[in-house]
Amino acid sequence: MSLLDWLFDGLLGLTMLWLGIRVVSGAELLNTIMSFIGLGILMALAWMRLGAPDVALAEAALGGGVTGALLLAAFNRLKDAPSVQTEQDDKD
Amino acid sequence: MIKTDPLRFIAILLALLTIVAFGHMLAWSLWTLPPEAAGLSLIVNEKMPESGVDAQVTAILLNFRSYDTLLELVVLLVALLGAWYLGKLHLPPQDSKPGLVLEGLVRFLVPVMILVTGYILWLGSHAAGGAFQAGALLAGAGVLMLVVIAEKVAVRDGVRLRALLVAGPGVFALVAGGLMLSGKLMLQYPQQHAGSLILLIEAASTLTIGITLTLLFAGGRPHRGKTD
Amino acid sequence: MSQFLWYALIGAVLLCIGLAGLVIHRHLLRRILALNVMSTGVFLVFVALAKRAGEVPDPVPLAMVLTGLVVSVSATALALVLIVRIQHLHGSAELPGDDA
Repeated sequence: MSLLDWLFDGLLGLTMLWLGIRVVSGAELLNTIMSFIGLGILMALAWMRLGAPDVALAEAALGGGVTGALLLAAFNRLKDAPSVQTEQDDKD
Repeated sequence: MIKTDPLRFIAILLALLTIVAFGHMLAWSLWTLPPEAAGLSLIVNEKMPESGVDAQVTAILLNFRSYDTLLELVVLLVALLGAWYLGKLHLPPQDSKPGLVLEGLVRFLVPVMILVTGYILWLGSHAAGGAFQAGALLAGAGVLMLVVIAEKVAVRDGVRLRALLVAGPGVFALVAGGLMLSGKLMLQYPQQHAGSLILLIEAASTLTIGITLTLLFAGGRPHRGKTD
Repeated sequence: MSQFLWYALIGAVLLCIGLAGLVIHRHLLRRILALNVMSTGVFLVFVALAKRAGEVPDPVPLAMVLTGLVVSVSATALALVLIVRIQHLHGSAELPGDDA
């Protein structure tokens, strides 16, 4: 394990830890979602380092892309009009 | 950050101490693992010629442990049904038309993404790739369309949509059932057709995964329209 | 310390961080985020342990992680739809305090 490998892996791991702490302890909800998307992308990088390209592809697309889009959509829907609705308009 | 009464504060403190102790035990058990362990990779390497594909992870997902993959596709469908049960689809009206550049970019990107989806699907048989990665990319294209050009995307519940939704687990179950009818065990592919069956199942699964994830992003049951 | 051990420990710490977040927070969206951090940590431990088989990692845990990723995404999606629904019905997306 060369010094450069160690430097890369060490920095990647520490940044993932820092992002994880930011997700859990963020003050603004939007910042936590952004940190989580960043964590997903770095996770894909970590999996490339560990020699698993299939998992890295899937994580970059699913974890970073789809989960990020889901979280942001939910965040927007929670922000707009927290009202008390009846069941009426959901019956088909 | 935590404003709460003393009882809850003490409860949280105890929980955190327990988590720290658990973390230490986990770290210690990871530390004392042997650094070299072949695991199941030897058996997989041995049986690879019989699997019909050249990539190990694809062989495991679609041949050696295909039952897990079948159930995973059903899990996706069940999650979508849960989301559909909770309310109707309501795409908010866009307050501003997307600019020329954004709309042009999306019109360029979506066909390219569909093309790359097909490529990754085909690539899964001999390199890193496969149905899940391709389906996730397809879902990305769907989400892009829903977000940018929403008023031009018409999602209608009907026969075509439902056929696409059950294509993945449906084709998988049909192959399994057909194999059982012809006398073999469930999902025991015949040797010379294994590669083609895997590609067929993966293709159907890619469509299903893409549509299901896009609809999960949209978040509700689309209303019934003309089945066109 | 070998490469796999470093990533496995990072995954274990991420698991504990996520669990702590699940215990502390009351807002439902933050709890879902903490759960996802936990599952990220678990997948990291899995893939790190798979690397012990040498330059070509053991493919069975990789396949399990792929399946786990898709299941985790669909569970998160359903949970988010549930959270939006809860806010519509009750007006807030936070768990009630002990005085409720």
